[in-house]
Amino acid sequence: MGLPGSPASHVEVEDVALRFGRRPVFKDLHCAFPRGQISVVMGASGAGKSTLLRLIGGLQRPDRGHVRVAGEEIAGRGDAALSGIRKQLGMLFQNGALLDSMTIFENVALPLREHENLPEDEVVRRVRARLEAVGLPDVEDLLPRALSGGMLRRAALARAIVMEPAIVLCDEPFSGLDPPNVSRIEALLRDLNRELGLTLIVTSHHMASSLRMADRIFLMRDQACLSGTPLELAQSQDSAIVEFIGEDGAEYLARYASGGEGGP
Amino acid sequence: MDQAIRRLGAFVNQGLMGMGQTAVFGVVVLRSLFVPPLRGRAIVAAIYDSGVLSLALICASGLTVGFVLGLQLYYTLSRFGAESSLGTAVGLALIRELGPVLTGLLVTGRAGSATCAEIGSMKATDQLDGLRMMAIDPIHFVVMPRAIAIVLVMPLLSALFILFGIGGAYLIGVELLGLDGGSYVSSLESAVVFSEDVLQSLVKALAFGVLLALIATYRGYTCEPNAAGVSRATTSTVVTTSVCILLADYILTSLWGV
Repeated sequence: MGLPGSPASHVEVEDVALRFGRRPVFKDLHCAFPRGQISVVMGASGAGKSTLLRLIGGLQRPDRGHVRVAGEEIAGRGDAALSGIRKQLGMLFQNGALLDSMTIFENVALPLREHENLPEDEVVRRVRARLEAVGLPDVEDLLPRALSGGMLRRAALARAIVMEPAIVLCDEPFSGLDPPNVSRIEALLRDLNRELGLTLIVTSHHMASSLRMADRIFLMRDQACLSGTPLELAQSQDSAIVEFIGEDGAEYLARYASGGEGGP
Repeated sequence: MDQAIRRLGAFVNQGLMGMGQTAVFGVVVLRSLFVPPLRGRAIVAAIYDSGVLSLALICASGLTVGFVLGLQLYYTLSRFGAESSLGTAVGLALIRELGPVLTGLLVTGRAGSATCAEIGSMKATDQLDGLRMMAIDPIHFVVMPRAIAIVLVMPLLSALFILFGIGGAYLIGVELLGLDGGSYVSSLESAVVFSEDVLQSLVKALAFGVLLALIATYRGYTCEPNAAGVSRATTSTVVTTSVCILLADYILTSLWGV
């Protein structure tokens, strides 16, 4: 695997250090996420994957270092100062984070109603288009608690993309889902990337999906991160990487490296 | 000895820091009231949750307290042959003290704990961070409407509590124990001074509303984002607000006297 970084990076994390109490989470973390690509962040539980997304979203301030989103420094800025940059960001939280007192329609319409001065019929049109895009045309009037885990995740994705952001952060979009829902969400994310040119930064434990969809993989290890393409990952001799990928991943990568079935 | 003094110092320091942080939070919430949009629909919804849904509790409690006051004061006053002053005693006790204080404690238990738990569970399930990521200020969207609603409903609920209390004491004193209805009402009317008693009552209820709104929303907003954290914040809201209401009642009463 090579050094983290890319000349056309959309999001850059540079020299970041962060501790939670006495526990160091990041020490000199460097990584750059390329524009218009799917970057998958992997690593053991507690390695700091979700924290990295929170840093990029400005929800977590680093102790030291720089976080740049679309060239704009966000580290250390407050909510009010981040308002502009957050309109370019969509975030899919692990549990959806939909407002449980609002219907799915109201949840997806919320950012439009808050930030865009649109007539109501245009709001309705856009919300319905997004809900259809994620395969949920008939849930508008339901409350989030009436949806299954997979449907909830897709409704949250609809809300994350309704403002047409340039970057979408997805925190463990596959966790706790059955195989059909994993495939559905994976396909959705790939379509979003291809059709809208979104930069996607996805944290995941789901090896097969991650390797299938990733343009670039970031492996969090020892409070830092390594990055490379899935091919570079396949050729790595690093014992920690080999161990992390496991037999299933290695088998998939071997097929991918030889240009066989299963490659992206 | 040194250790004990250090612990006491740390405890006082922590308490003062908590008070300071709550006050700063209050200023932020107050400032958000003047940031458009007004969130009128959310405020009305929160008034329904905190106010309308507390009506049954307040009315039933007011009536019961009125029954007890009517009974106790009638027998006490009758020892001195002063049972015709029942209206005065009930009216002043309810309007000046019991109305605002008991309403404050009841609303703390019902609406204050619910508000704290709601905001806390929104935090624990990333809903507040979700709002932040949509560039929506959670204080403006979630906290401010609920805080304003509590402040607005407290004087209204207190007034209702007092009315039901007076009514309850009337039922016991007049209908059950045979006191003259006219003397009950006229003694009440002649004893209560609007600019003194009713105004004091409203100011107290408003002050208790501000205390409850501030403590409930602050504790919910700053709780640890997990089930245990929400539970601790809710308990702490009820305990802290109850103590603060009783303390504030003494301070306001003594200041009003001056």
